[in-house]
Amino acid sequence: MKFYLEVWRQNGPDRAGKLEQYEANEIPAEASFLEMLDIVNEDLAKKGIEPIQFDSDCREGICGNCSLTINGVPHGIGRGTTCQLYMRKFRDGQIITIEPFRADAFPLERDLVVNRAAYDRIMQAGGFVSERAGSAPDANSVPIPKVVADQAMDAAACIGCGACAAACPNGSAMLFVSAKVTHLGLLPQGKPENDRRVLNMVRQMDAEGFGNCSNYYACEAVCPAGIPASVIAHMNRGFAFASIKESIGVTV
Amino acid sequence: MTDVFFAKKFTAGCLTEHSLAELMRTFTVMISAPSQSRSGPHPIFLWLLSSIGKKTIVALTGIVLLAFVAGHLAGNFTIYLGRDWLNWYAAHLQSLGPMLWIIRLFLLGVLVTHIFFTMLLWHENQAARPKKYIASDPVGTSVFARTMRLSGLVVLAFIIFHLAHFTVHLINPQFSHMEAMLDGHQVHDCYGMVVLGFSSLPVVIIYVVGLFLLTCHLSHGIGSLFQTLGLTNRRLHKMIELATRVIAWILYFGYISIPLSIITGIVK
Repeated sequence: MKFYLEVWRQNGPDRAGKLEQYEANEIPAEASFLEMLDIVNEDLAKKGIEPIQFDSDCREGICGNCSLTINGVPHGIGRGTTCQLYMRKFRDGQIITIEPFRADAFPLERDLVVNRAAYDRIMQAGGFVSERAGSAPDANSVPIPKVVADQAMDAAACIGCGACAAACPNGSAMLFVSAKVTHLGLLPQGKPENDRRVLNMVRQMDAEGFGNCSNYYACEAVCPAGIPASVIAHMNRGFAFASIKESIGVTV
Repeated sequence: MTDVFFAKKFTAGCLTEHSLAELMRTFTVMISAPSQSRSGPHPIFLWLLSSIGKKTIVALTGIVLLAFVAGHLAGNFTIYLGRDWLNWYAAHLQSLGPMLWIIRLFLLGVLVTHIFFTMLLWHENQAARPKKYIASDPVGTSVFARTMRLSGLVVLAFIIFHLAHFTVHLINPQFSHMEAMLDGHQVHDCYGMVVLGFSSLPVVIIYVVGLFLLTCHLSHGIGSLFQTLGLTNRRLHKMIELATRVIAWILYFGYISIPLSIITGIVK
C-alpha cells in the first residue's frame, strides 16, 4: 500500500514546527501504524533525513506509551492504541496527517514526542493506596458486589496514555483522573483515603494546567481502554461530598 | 502588592479578556494567603476555584434558569385560556410589587453568574489547548456541545430583545397604553399586547430563531448539569441524554406555538 504522510516535525520544545510531507511506499496491509512509521524512518535514514521521532514501547496495546494524533483523532480511528491500528484500516493512497498529542499540560519534546509527566504527578498526589494491602486475599474473603467490582475493573483498565486530554477540545484530563479515583475508591483497600485522594488529585490536575470538562465526551470516544464518561460523574459526586466534609472538618 | 495590581489595572482602562484571568489569579492569591487561625485558604474557596467547583456553579445557576424557562412557559400558556386569564396572571405578577423586583434582581444575578463562570472556564480552556489540530475531527462530541458559547450568547441577545419588546416596551411604545377590564378593574391588557406584538412577521422570526438557539443550548445543557453534579451513571446516561433532547424540544414547541398561532390567526 502507498500513503502520503503529513507529519509534524519540530526540532525541540521551543522551536517552531510544521507539517512535512513524506511518501510511505510498499507498506504491507498487515503492518501496524508504528511499523509503517518504522519503514518510513528507514527510508528517511537512507536519504540522510532525520527520522521521525515518536514514542512506543510494548506495541501490544497495554502500555499506553504511543501517542499519535492521526487525522485529528488521538490513536486514530477505532478503539485501541496507535500500535494496534493496522494499515488495512486506511485506503490505498490516502493522505494521513500525523500530529502529536496536543494539550498545554503535555509539553512537546520533539516531533511527535510529548512529555506526559503531568499524569505521573497527578498519580503522586493521590493515585495510590498508602497501606500495604498484602498479597492477593483468598477468593470471596472480602465480599465485593459484582456491580461494584465490574465498575472498578472497567475504570482500572485505564493505561494513562493521555488520549483523553489530547482529544478534549479543552485539554481536560478529567477522564484519566476520574478513572483512577473511581477504580481505587470503589474497592475496600482504597476507600479509607477516598476524600483526600479526590481532593488532592483534582487540585493537582488543575495545577498542571489541564482544562475544565465541558462534557463533550470526546475522551470517551477515543479512549483505547473504553473507560465510560460516567466515571467523571462518579468523581464529581465524590469531589462535592469531599469538599463539603473538608469545609466542616471531617475529611477522612 | 494587590493594591498596586488593581491600581495598574484600572488606570490602564477597561478590563480585557486577559486581565479577567489575571484578576482571578490575584483573587486566588488574596484568599490563599494563610491567616493566623488556619493554615491555608478556607475549603470553600478551594472548592470554588477548582475546575469542578466552577462547573458546579454553572450547573446550579443553569438549574435556576431552566426552572425559570419552564415556569415562564407555564404562565404563557394562560393565553390559550383567553384574554382574562392572561391579564389576570399578568396583573398578579405586577401586584407582587417589591417582591417582583427581588425576583428580577435574583434572576439577573443568576444569569450574570452563569455567564461569568462559563466565560472564565472558556478562557481557561483556551489556555489549556493553545495549539489546535490541523486535521481536526471532533469525534464523539455533539454539535450542540460544540456551539454552547455561540448559542448562549445568541440567547443573551434574544433575552435583551425580549425584555425590550414586552417588558420595557421599547420597540412598540403603544404597548404601555393598552388597557382592559378585569373584574371591574382597569388592568394592563397583556393579552392584546402579545397579540399585537406577534402580528409582525419579523418579530415572530426573531422569536422562532432565538428560541431555537435556546433549544440547542438546553440540548447539551440539561444533560450536562446531571453529569457535572454527578447525578448520573453508566446506565442512566443514555436515558438522561434522550430526556434532555425531549425536554428541550417540548419547551421549544411550547414557546413557538404562541407566536405561530397568533400570526396564523388561531389566537386573536
